[in-house]
Amino acid sequence: MWFEHLVFWALSVVAIGGALGVVLVRDLFRASLMLAMAFVAVGGLFVMMNAEFLAVVQILIYVGAIAVLFIFAVMLTRDVQQGNTPNRLQIPAAVVSALVLAAMIATAVTTDWTTLAGAGLEAKAQLAQTQAVGIPDAADLTNAGLTPAEVASVSSGGLADLLIGNFVLPFEAVSLLLLGAAIGGLALARGRGR
Amino acid sequence: MRCVSNAEGMLSADGVLGGNPLFYFIYNAVAHIAPCWLSYLISGLVIMLILINAVLLGAAVVSWGERRLLGRFQNRVGPNRWGPFGAFQPIADLAKLITKEDIVPYGADKLAFTAVPIIMVAAVLLGTAVLPFAKDVALVDLNVGVLFVLAVSSLTSIAIFTAGWASNNRYALFGAGRAVAVLLSYEVPVVLSLLGVVMVAGSMSLGDIVAAQAVPFFLVQPLAFFVFIAGMSAELNRTPFDVAEAESEIIAGYHTEYSGIKFALIQAAEFGGVLVVSGLIATLFLAGWAGPAADWLGWLWFLIKVFIGIFLFVWIRSTYPRLRLDQIMAVCWKFLMPLSIINLVAVVLEVFFLRDANGSLSTADLWIMAGINIVLAGGSILFFGRFIKEKVRTEAPTAAATNQVVPGVSTIGMR
Repeated sequence: MWFEHLVFWALSVVAIGGALGVVLVRDLFRASLMLAMAFVAVGGLFVMMNAEFLAVVQILIYVGAIAVLFIFAVMLTRDVQQGNTPNRLQIPAAVVSALVLAAMIATAVTTDWTTLAGAGLEAKAQLAQTQAVGIPDAADLTNAGLTPAEVASVSSGGLADLLIGNFVLPFEAVSLLLLGAAIGGLALARGRGR
Repeated sequence: MRCVSNAEGMLSADGVLGGNPLFYFIYNAVAHIAPCWLSYLISGLVIMLILINAVLLGAAVVSWGERRLLGRFQNRVGPNRWGPFGAFQPIADLAKLITKEDIVPYGADKLAFTAVPIIMVAAVLLGTAVLPFAKDVALVDLNVGVLFVLAVSSLTSIAIFTAGWASNNRYALFGAGRAVAVLLSYEVPVVLSLLGVVMVAGSMSLGDIVAAQAVPFFLVQPLAFFVFIAGMSAELNRTPFDVAEAESEIIAGYHTEYSGIKFALIQAAEFGGVLVVSGLIATLFLAGWAGPAADWLGWLWFLIKVFIGIFLFVWIRSTYPRLRLDQIMAVCWKFLMPLSIINLVAVVLEVFFLRDANGSLSTADLWIMAGINIVLAGGSILFFGRFIKEKVRTEAPTAAATNQVVPGVSTIGMR
């Protein structure tokens, strides 16, 4: 067990250190590299929770696409070495991010993390949870006494079912946000004169 | 066996290394003389050592083989001085590169500059973690294996960009900008072509994909095979698509400023990348370790197929001249992109109509798909090939045309 603790602490230190580096390092290019590092470390934490799919998608999207776009944007910015000059919006920004952090912690603490359908399944899954290190996977669920059909309904494609089922509205809202961002980027890039 | 069965939960069946028979073998052997945690560590390190050395040695073999083959293709000899057929050439190269001065240019971002070769090699090594070398022999058979390989290969783009930026050199930055543009564009058709493979196999695990290939997928989905090889040539910065390191234009692109051991590592990452991608081609399209007596000779079939992949890459490299950047983008968006979408739609329809009640496909179904898709591939390659044809100027430019002011390049004050 101590080995897993070691890996967990190493990943956490890298993730938090990277996140701190993003806001504290003056050089914008280095800050975006720090961001990529923090993303990779969070991906490692996902692996430790047996959520390989999330981990892989985290690296594919956040490191492979978003961090690269960040670096592209940084490259097109002036005064990369100096970073942003301090301005009067620092205090409001601090308040807003503190509120967001508080909301996230409150959600994480109060959420009932057993999202399995049916009360019987829930109890068995909790049993699996106690046996497994992180999120139970198919083998843990079988060990906890679920039938193969139940295991299939719970583990495989559960994320897809939730994304296309219960959470389809937020999912689509996010894609609308991305569309808005793309159009906004086009409008900014075209400039005013033309 | 005393360590495996202990109740500490150190080796559950789903652990990252847990499913690997080689790991169990070393683990149990070491556990006779060492405590459990130590044998866990030792066996993990031994497997990592084997894999890392296999990839680096393989990269050396690829670099030698590529130069020999290129020599033959270009009607010359290639390296032939040291060892049988010049096979020790990579060792000589390495000795030369290690003894060279290791320069960090003035004004470079030292930390980022040093990190780049390490990240590039690490990305290549990580890709081997999910490759099934023989029946049931992979470091870990992830259920999201295909996505894992894509995710790991996307780390390369960030490393290349960092190399260009940290070098404090215009040419390196140009090369990096080109490389990232190519990488980001070609990611799309490659992922779309792999989607068809995943759909027919019904799984993203590389082991399951090999098992599903009663008919090798390069017959079932020739379009996906074509798009994957073309896209991967581009992602590896190989010759028809190598504007990122075009030596006649921008010296050496993003690794212009690298020398000594750092340059050696970048080269190892490039040749190792060829090796890993050939392994992927063998696994995804050439049925991996499958073949006669696959239980015992699986590694041999896998190696043969990997070398077929490497030979294909060298063949492509020696056949086609370098494209311009706009031509590369045209090939991606006007040619490979529609081809991969056609492949995807065809596969979706075929799987929908041919599958049985369990959602699986029989061998006969796969042959039907192969027949339809081969005809479709020929037709659509011919059709979409028309869109990327360059207009060839047949007659010499007239005097009037040469005196004209070229639009868009007008000098200041002419407007």
